Amino acid sequence: MKHKNLFPFEKPLLELYEKLDEIRKVSEKGKMDMDEEIRMMEKRIETMRQDIFSKLSPIQTVRVARHINRPTTLDYIDNIFSDFIELHGDRNFSDDAAMITGIAKLDGRSVVVLGQQKGKSTKENIARNFGMANPEGYRKALRVMRIAERYEKPIIAFIDTPGAYPGIGAEERGQAEAIAKNLREMAELTVPFIAIVTGEGGSGGALGIGMGNRVMMLEFSIYSVISPEGCASILFRDATRANEAAVAMKITAKDLLKLGVIDEIIKEPVGGAHNNPKQAAAYMKSAIIKNLEPLLSLSHRELIADRYNKFRKMGIFTEEK
Amino acid sequence: MGIHDWFKRKKQEKEPAFVSERLDIPGNLWVKCYKCSQAIFTKDLEADLKVCPKCNYHFKLTAEERLKQLLDEKSFKEINPNIKSKNFLNFKDSKSYTDRIKGAVAKSSLKNAIVTGMGKIDSTPVAIGIMDFSFMGGSMGSVVGEKVSRLIELGIEKKAPVIIFSSSGGARMQEGIMSLMQMAKTSAALGRLRENRLPYISVLTDPTTGGTSASYAMLGDINIAEPGALICFAGPRVIEQTIRQKLPPGFQRSEYLLEHGMIDIVSERKDLRSTLNKIVKWFHET
Repeated sequence: MKHKNLFPFEKPLLELYEKLDEIRKVSEKGKMDMDEEIRMMEKRIETMRQDIFSKLSPIQTVRVARHINRPTTLDYIDNIFSDFIELHGDRNFSDDAAMITGIAKLDGRSVVVLGQQKGKSTKENIARNFGMANPEGYRKALRVMRIAERYEKPIIAFIDTPGAYPGIGAEERGQAEAIAKNLREMAELTVPFIAIVTGEGGSGGALGIGMGNRVMMLEFSIYSVISPEGCASILFRDATRANEAAVAMKITAKDLLKLGVIDEIIKEPVGGAHNNPKQAAAYMKSAIIKNLEPLLSLSHRELIADRYNKFRKMGIFTEEK
Repeated sequence: MGIHDWFKRKKQEKEPAFVSERLDIPGNLWVKCYKCSQAIFTKDLEADLKVCPKCNYHFKLTAEERLKQLLDEKSFKEINPNIKSKNFLNFKDSKSYTDRIKGAVAKSSLKNAIVTGMGKIDSTPVAIGIMDFSFMGGSMGSVVGEKVSRLIELGIEKKAPVIIFSSSGGARMQEGIMSLMQMAKTSAALGRLRENRLPYISVLTDPTTGGTSASYAMLGDINIAEPGALICFAGPRVIEQTIRQKLPPGFQRSEYLLEHGMIDIVSERKDLRSTLNKIVKWFHET
């Protein structure tokens, strides 16, 4: 029953789903062969959903990006890689469950994978801290990136976080320092590095594992310096104006591609990745392989230069002589 | 709207008091300390480097005042003064970003939230950048990121130590994702500086928060803070709202960060020049 989890903006689909249910009932009673009608109705739903999703507003995209059933980092790891072994702990303070790191195989090639992990239920989300990492999460990520570097393995990072955790302990243990250090060190990694925003790219918490040679975004993910709600409450002085803030800040994959902040948009199945996680993972896998390929032949020096130049260019300003 | 919003709004409206804090209004002979409310004779305050004689509160300084306090006379040569912000997102809240920049330029006589250049401390050349909170809360957008990166690159070229004074509310939201990318850009530049074995000294002044603290402000070989400065990733209000409990006393202030191992030195303003001088000389000499 797919229509139990419809977004408010998917309401037009409800009527069609109800009709579909009716046809099915009649068909099940066995009197008439309604297969053709069922197929047609399903096609109509598919077409309409495609139409709705091709016109999503920024705030609607935010809703999709945050959907509770949206595939998480572990889902992608499961569906894309084999022989995954999770590695734990930052060797300093603790193991951060909001950040997953590990080693895996991508079509036979050894790689390092990492990313923030959200939960799919309230209970799981509490255990995962809603995907908001503490400093030890960022330090664990860096530790595992260093393993990748030492043994010349590519790094694939999945970004999905509302932001780095704003808590007392996080501040005391240096959230700012942990992220800053990751930025400096990621710039100097001598191995191919691909970063993908899969859901929410929440500010410094996202960038803290996101300085890839290639940065990609899923079609309905967002990447932003502050949440639309946060921006609205600070600049518009009203958190309920998140809608306007989402438009103003330009946070969708299309916007970021236009601004040159990302390299590619990865297509999602009709209705968003949560509608068909396997298909979403398949699209992502081919994007990873396609983008990794040219990086594999670059030398250490070229990889660093590639990454440095990529981020060095970012910024829009005017300059008079 | 709940009753809390009423108080919030009042607080927010009270905040932009920095113009009067800077004491640059002619005829303004006395000023009240923000912390202890002591009335101070303006000339005395300026003679004390804008530190309250009673409670040691360090008033915010403009970039110009900072440079004057720190560098050898007439040694400062500004670089890249003509990089200007652009409203490339056509961003508008209650005002358009274009108007906000114009307003900030008119109010502060600065062109952006940082001044960068080469100068000398006791004859030792340094590449120095001073952020100025009076320009849009010292927020970091494309211009700040670019000027910081070029300053670091100049340090590499001239083989000079780099010193950056931070005072910033974080990333400039009006530039959206591009302001976030400045964190990556500036941190990468610092990586190059480090590879060239040139020192970077970060001086954190009140306040240094968000994207600025999570990039170049926290990456000093040596991190120095002025007393009582607010230094954090997430601001106290955000944390209080998230965890719904009272914050410990002194939380996120310089002394607290020193205790938690995040900075090397808390330095009184009057000692800053000599501290920096000793450090720069230590690196420079055998």
